[in-house]
Amino acid sequence: MEMKTYLHQLVFGAYPYVCLVVFLVGSLVRFDREQYTWKSDSSQLLRARQLRWGSNLFHIGVLFIFFGHLIGLLTPHWAYAWLISPGSKQLLAIVSGGIAGVLGIAGLTILIRRRVADPRIWSNTRNWDIAILVLFWIQLALGLVTIFYSAQHLDGAMMERLAGWAQRIVTFRPGAAELLVDAPWAFKTHIFLGLTIFLVFPFTRLVHIWSGFAAVGYLFRPYQLVRTRRKLA
Amino acid sequence: MKVRAQIAMVLNLDKCIGCHTCSVTCKNVWTWRLGMEYAWFNNVETKPGIGYPKDWENQERWRGGWARRRNGGLAPKQGGRLALLMKIFANPHLPQIDDYYEPFTFDYEHLQTAPEMPTAPVARPISVVTGRRMDKVEWGPNWEEILGGEFAKRSQDYNFAEVEKDIYGQFENTFMMYLPRLCEHCLNPSCVASCPSGSIYKREEDGIVLVDQDKCRGWRMCVSGCPYKKIYYNWSTGKAEKCIFCYPRIEAGQPTVCSETCVGRIRYLGVLLYDADRIAEAAAVESPKDLYKSQLAIFLDPNAAEVQAQARRDGVPEAWLEAAKASPAWKLAMEWKIAFPLHPEYRTLPMVWYVPPLSPIQSHANAGAIGAAGAIPDVRSLRIPVRYLANLLTAGDDEPVVRALERMLAMRAFYRQRQLEGRDDLALLAQVGLSVHEVEAMHRYLAIANYEDRFVIPTTHREYAENAYRLRGECGFSFGNACAEGESRQSLFGGRMGARKVIPLKTVTHRQESEEAHGLLGVSK
Repeated sequence: MEMKTYLHQLVFGAYPYVCLVVFLVGSLVRFDREQYTWKSDSSQLLRARQLRWGSNLFHIGVLFIFFGHLIGLLTPHWAYAWLISPGSKQLLAIVSGGIAGVLGIAGLTILIRRRVADPRIWSNTRNWDIAILVLFWIQLALGLVTIFYSAQHLDGAMMERLAGWAQRIVTFRPGAAELLVDAPWAFKTHIFLGLTIFLVFPFTRLVHIWSGFAAVGYLFRPYQLVRTRRKLA
Repeated sequence: MKVRAQIAMVLNLDKCIGCHTCSVTCKNVWTWRLGMEYAWFNNVETKPGIGYPKDWENQERWRGGWARRRNGGLAPKQGGRLALLMKIFANPHLPQIDDYYEPFTFDYEHLQTAPEMPTAPVARPISVVTGRRMDKVEWGPNWEEILGGEFAKRSQDYNFAEVEKDIYGQFENTFMMYLPRLCEHCLNPSCVASCPSGSIYKREEDGIVLVDQDKCRGWRMCVSGCPYKKIYYNWSTGKAEKCIFCYPRIEAGQPTVCSETCVGRIRYLGVLLYDADRIAEAAAVESPKDLYKSQLAIFLDPNAAEVQAQARRDGVPEAWLEAAKASPAWKLAMEWKIAFPLHPEYRTLPMVWYVPPLSPIQSHANAGAIGAAGAIPDVRSLRIPVRYLANLLTAGDDEPVVRALERMLAMRAFYRQRQLEGRDDLALLAQVGLSVHEVEAMHRYLAIANYEDRFVIPTTHREYAENAYRLRGECGFSFGNACAEGESRQSLFGGRMGARKVIPLKTVTHRQESEEAHGLLGVSK
């Protein structure tokens, strides 16, 4: 097998499974064994300035993009074909994702600047903290670069192929990697980094995302919580 | 009716000398750690002053406690459930560490290593957060100690509401008092209600409010949600921490460290029974001035047969019912009505109560009048304005505070006469509605304050709840992730591991063993 094909299969055929397994099993192990390390690790107490804009912009932008990718990539074609044409779907993705991406990267830039420039926060920054911020920044930038390539073909074909890849991966059908062979470099790198985020997820403060979703349960729980050691009748 | 028991605390401010022994012993035991050095589970403030953290009583700024809605229900003042989740990315009401103070140490090494110089070397302050030199220490844990700082700043004190405060800035009229503060272990805690991960809870058996360190995700809503600002964010571990009411001691029947070490013997710990079904109703009464009375109304008389019967059905152990009858908290708060909750208007139904302080009588005529007639002087002429105390303790309702101060003055006057003139002035007692028996008990609890009277703490009956045999060899109390079974010294997930949980087995060779045995024998000879 040619080296290039081998690498392509490795990155887009096998690597996704490595990342997903580490993501799921790693999260489970950490949740089970290392509850005390499971936290958002907020630095707001040390410096509130710039956090309000930075954190809100970043989180809102990234959450929108996350759900956009989740729905956009994993919804089968037949499920939305009656509602929206691939071309319109691509345009919707470009516009909404583009806006969210700009918000997210603007917020993240504020957060990185704050973390690096403020001695209080910098001296309490672990390697992983800054690594994932940079990782996200590059990933958001790459995402915005892909808009440039998408805008050249507004027929939605590329997007269909990307969705086909994602759907084949999660449904264990062969031929996923082949769909991406002639995709532009920006898409390939964006996918690779995206998978890498799943890979590092359990080892960083990113695990708080699980808890963020779990916090929705707060909406439905009574205000007061009482715990007892006694056997309740 | 659902009977629950709580270990409540009462502090007699009349006897607090502001020595900070409580704060220091507490800190040495619980918060002498990275990330918590700025946090004082117990601190003593000089009042009037803005306190610690700065301006903590101003809930228009910090949004702590509860707000009563138009429909009569309660929601956290910082927002209902959805509004609160919307603020999760950046909590707009979270204090910054400077509102407490930036923790600092000093460059002591320089004192040893400085070269010979014309002036004495100085140990300059170093920030614990950054490890760098600080230009200036801007604020500290007790910055307003004994009226430190300008009156203009201290008088921002929220309790000056409706008080003509300007005259208290004059030297002749100035007043002060100490206010030791800790977590109130409220019946209706707003920190619990504010926690999106449900990590904070109240213990059913003794009412202690705790943060589950494993479940805390660092959303920091509890910090702003608590109106007393007694939940602290550990900036090193990213978890919320709070006063744990020394629960390992309480469970064993011992007083908290702050109470045990109080040199003025001002602290009391005892069981209060209350009706858990009526908490919501008591916390939601319309007028804040009624909150003190509505809280009194849900406390249950431990001597009443129907309360005892229901308590037994609700699983309150017999020893706790006995302790409730001898509870100093019940006597001070309910029998004599001289203890009050701190800021009941926050609607959290706090369970650390305060006996208001007496102060010198300003008018010389009144001062003379005591000795002459034994009459009780007008407490409104005490140096500390009654309204100030009422703003602190009863949401501005003067009457209960006046009554309590009168009773305390009457007790003093009564005993002065009894001891100096050998006669009991019963008219004096009638004036404040006390019997001789009651005033003798008050004297015993307030003036003598024996250890056995101050602390009536039944042990927790853990054996009822769980099989203690299964707990043997388990990880005990620890900080950090010390109870997790990890092998590597650095946690795989980037966190700092605590001390190793297992006491390492010492491998001893036969030779060492025999040598040690001989050594021991040698000593015994």
